[in-house]
Amino acid sequence: MNAILKQYQAPVWNEPVIMEMGYPGRRGVLFAPAEPEIRQQVGDVSALIPSKLRRQDRPALPEMTEPEVLYHYLRLSQQTLGMMGISLFGTCTMKYNPQINEQMAWRPEITELHPLQHEDTMQGALEIVHEMDLMLRELSGMDQFVFQAGGGSEAAYTNCAVTRAYHASKGELEQRDEIIVTIQSHPCNPATAAAAGFKVVTLMLDENGYPSLDALKAAVSNRTAALMVTNPDDMGVYNPEMKEWVRIVHEAGGLAFYDAANFNATMSKLRPREIGFDACMFMLHKTFGAPKSGVGGPATGAYGCSAELVPFLPSPLVVRDEGRYRLDADRPQSVGKIREFLGNVQVVLKAYAWTRAMGADGIAQASDISVLANNYMEKGLLAIRGVTRSHPEATTPRMEMTRYSFQTLKEETGVDTHDVQNRMSDFGMDPLWQSHEPWLVPEPFTPEAGETYGKEALDQWIAVIRRISEEAYSNPELVKTSPHNQAVHRLKPGATDDPESRAMTWRAFQKKRLRQARSGTDQMRAVVD
Amino acid sequence: MQPPTAHPYMANSVPAIQREMLDSIGVRDIEELFVQIPADHRLARPLDLPPALSEHELRRHLVETLSKNSTTEDNLSFLGAGIWQHHVPAAVDEIVRRNEWLTSIYGVPSSDHGLYQSWFEFCSQLGELLNLDLVGMPVRSWGTAAGHALRMAARLTGRNEVAVVRAIDPERLSIIRNYCEPPEMADHIVVHLINYDPATGLVDLDQLRATVGAQTAAVYFEVPSYLGLIDHQAAEIAAIARAAGAETIVGVDPISLGVLSAPSDYGADIVVGTIQPLGIHLHAGGGVGGFIATRDEPRYAGEYPTLFISIAETIKPGEYGFGRALLHQSSYALREKGKDWIGHSVYMWAVAATAYMAMMGPQGFAEIGEIIVQRAHHAARRLGELEGITITFPSGFFKEFVVNFDDAGKSVSEINDALRAEGIFGGHDLSSDFPELGQSALYCVSEVHTHSDIERLAGALQKVISQ
Repeated sequence: MNAILKQYQAPVWNEPVIMEMGYPGRRGVLFAPAEPEIRQQVGDVSALIPSKLRRQDRPALPEMTEPEVLYHYLRLSQQTLGMMGISLFGTCTMKYNPQINEQMAWRPEITELHPLQHEDTMQGALEIVHEMDLMLRELSGMDQFVFQAGGGSEAAYTNCAVTRAYHASKGELEQRDEIIVTIQSHPCNPATAAAAGFKVVTLMLDENGYPSLDALKAAVSNRTAALMVTNPDDMGVYNPEMKEWVRIVHEAGGLAFYDAANFNATMSKLRPREIGFDACMFMLHKTFGAPKSGVGGPATGAYGCSAELVPFLPSPLVVRDEGRYRLDADRPQSVGKIREFLGNVQVVLKAYAWTRAMGADGIAQASDISVLANNYMEKGLLAIRGVTRSHPEATTPRMEMTRYSFQTLKEETGVDTHDVQNRMSDFGMDPLWQSHEPWLVPEPFTPEAGETYGKEALDQWIAVIRRISEEAYSNPELVKTSPHNQAVHRLKPGATDDPESRAMTWRAFQKKRLRQARSGTDQMRAVVD
Repeated sequence: MQPPTAHPYMANSVPAIQREMLDSIGVRDIEELFVQIPADHRLARPLDLPPALSEHELRRHLVETLSKNSTTEDNLSFLGAGIWQHHVPAAVDEIVRRNEWLTSIYGVPSSDHGLYQSWFEFCSQLGELLNLDLVGMPVRSWGTAAGHALRMAARLTGRNEVAVVRAIDPERLSIIRNYCEPPEMADHIVVHLINYDPATGLVDLDQLRATVGAQTAAVYFEVPSYLGLIDHQAAEIAAIARAAGAETIVGVDPISLGVLSAPSDYGADIVVGTIQPLGIHLHAGGGVGGFIATRDEPRYAGEYPTLFISIAETIKPGEYGFGRALLHQSSYALREKGKDWIGHSVYMWAVAATAYMAMMGPQGFAEIGEIIVQRAHHAARRLGELEGITITFPSGFFKEFVVNFDDAGKSVSEINDALRAEGIFGGHDLSSDFPELGQSALYCVSEVHTHSDIERLAGALQKVISQ
């Protein structure tokens, strides 16, 4: 666990905002004008557009050549750490995004495929979607998957829509207006439940690290529409009473949904349907090797459910009939659309490729390695001054994540988790992740080792935290003013939220800067007067 | 049991290194680390998945599977209806595929400075096209943007009805209905559909006036409409909404904004739309993306469900960086009390779109808009000359128009089957979603369609119809 730290300096390009670049008249891309016979036939363009809706002004976009634009963005890409450093961003299951998957997904057979083409011309894409569905069924025990959701939150929303349709079909929707979550359910679970119109009941944790059965029993009633829960949670704690939870919710007439955000720990070890869950979701951009792009996407929340809920799934479903794939949209009880078309088919392809490259043994091993790596890191991290862990008294090993705290460090040095985050990037290390809200553990941080990085990389990560702890005790200002080796310094606190200074576009920035400059001048005048 | 060889994606799949790690923490076997999971939760057998493939085997398998697709590149396609074929510059593809931001998880503003700046530049450039100062980071699609915007309007006004045009993408309408919640829910938003005038395809203002009232949170319409039309009554529609104290929400295709007015200039309060035409391929439907934009007023800013990126000074005087703004009102911070919900979206497409907009510049948008309008009108007129074909709304559209085949004695489905045999993808069949339009299809013609393409289509249609 003794790694030597690398010297690191991020590229400093001092790149202007693109709105300040270019020269009037320069062009980045040209289009062939309409042929003379077309222009002759249709005449003046302005006659074809209603005069009231003809644009009068020129949008103030930069005027640049192709290489100017290309190199500007390549410089910006160089000022993005991504996984070039070591990224152990907890709950997001950082893992390698294989290049072969990108190469295949960017073939024209996918990029130039229109989703409204006839099924006969999309058999390859539909086959991949269907085969991915079958593999996820095997991993989960569910009966059908749909890939329309463009991320985990949208899959959680899909679950809420399916829950509405299920209870509506029984005439109980008006009565069943509550969804139960735990304080450790990802924020998207309560948020989508509320946006779907449900009241949210949140269970708090007891000393074991998960809510008690009594708390659940007190929460369920004939108003319960569903339970939405993550297991293991983001602290690496597995709730062993989950079968009983599902039974209690079912007995009350509710549905049970398993947010498999943390499936890296349990894939190949258990199947949500066998625990009793009616539905689950997998993040293809996390567990299944597709890229995340800055918690940005395009991503895919694969939503799977039991046969009982299949009629309510969004449409269309990809089905196989006698060796041919087709889109089934004739589904009268379906919730319809959550998002346009079939979902991010290119992401499904990447996840399919990852699953085929891993195979059953590879997937089982990835889960083993993730849990081993987390426990390995835990020993190294808990040996660092100022670092503690949630539920310190618990004796069983955590799963693929552990929730730590810098509270002691903060009390003793004034350096908080945000400072450590910034300082990490000075070592070329992707900043740590803290915790979802609310922070149950003060000054939290949550590394997730995953299966991609080797022991040497994990040792590096630990060594960086150890170094920062030493700095905090010897020279806290160094940490509190970090980063020092990055493309830019840290932002002034509060500057992005203050309505006087925040500017989400260049045009807003220009106006506010001008206004501030003016008021600055006014103040100076007032002083002079 | 260990597989015989290490896996290329897993550095710790070497048995000896696992042994080192286990020894270091004093654990004999990895299985001991799973004791939290009760035995009766465990899967009792190994997973039954297809055999693992080497990279070469995987490549062959995927190439073979994908070869069963026949694309808009192999065929001459006139499909649009929510996702459209436009030219994507090669430089845009090179930029968007960079591993640095592809693999990023967002770090902190300084460690992912380049990604944050590119996001800010996306919002800034879109703001110029829209003439709006407040642009959120993309949402997952036009439909989800419209759904969120209608919910914003309901919160802003405290009202629970919306007027939405009938001439709308049925997929988008279905999403809107989900976002507006079923009637059983306490916060259900009633959706009133506003018809279009069957003669012109434009919004029926009389019905709009009769529908909009004290309970109306928003009026939602689109320019161009789903049927392709540029509704010259846009300012009147916005005025009707404003008079009733409702928000005007306009959906827009931004590639039209070099020639069409920015919606805020004719009265839009909230503008939503697609970003797909801005340098993003079709990706079998995975190219869709949406946006929400408004005036920069706290009243609006406080209701966005999106992520915002703000430019801001750093602690070094004179230096600027970019950071997330107003995160405290999102569901990340407030869970069920947040504004709708936030999560993975399509931010890589923001990177593509910002590169695209910068390459286009003001002149690129002006020219592409003119070329599209010319090519689309020419195509419509050319097809309208054919026996059995009528162009339902013959002028005043952008890149899509309705082609009616009632007099051809054949259904759209039959015609499209025959066109497909000629290597042509005909327009999207409207006959089931818009039965009042008869056997009609929505044809899309953009800058990529040449005069000879239209001649080829016309020749094929003539042949199909006369058969």
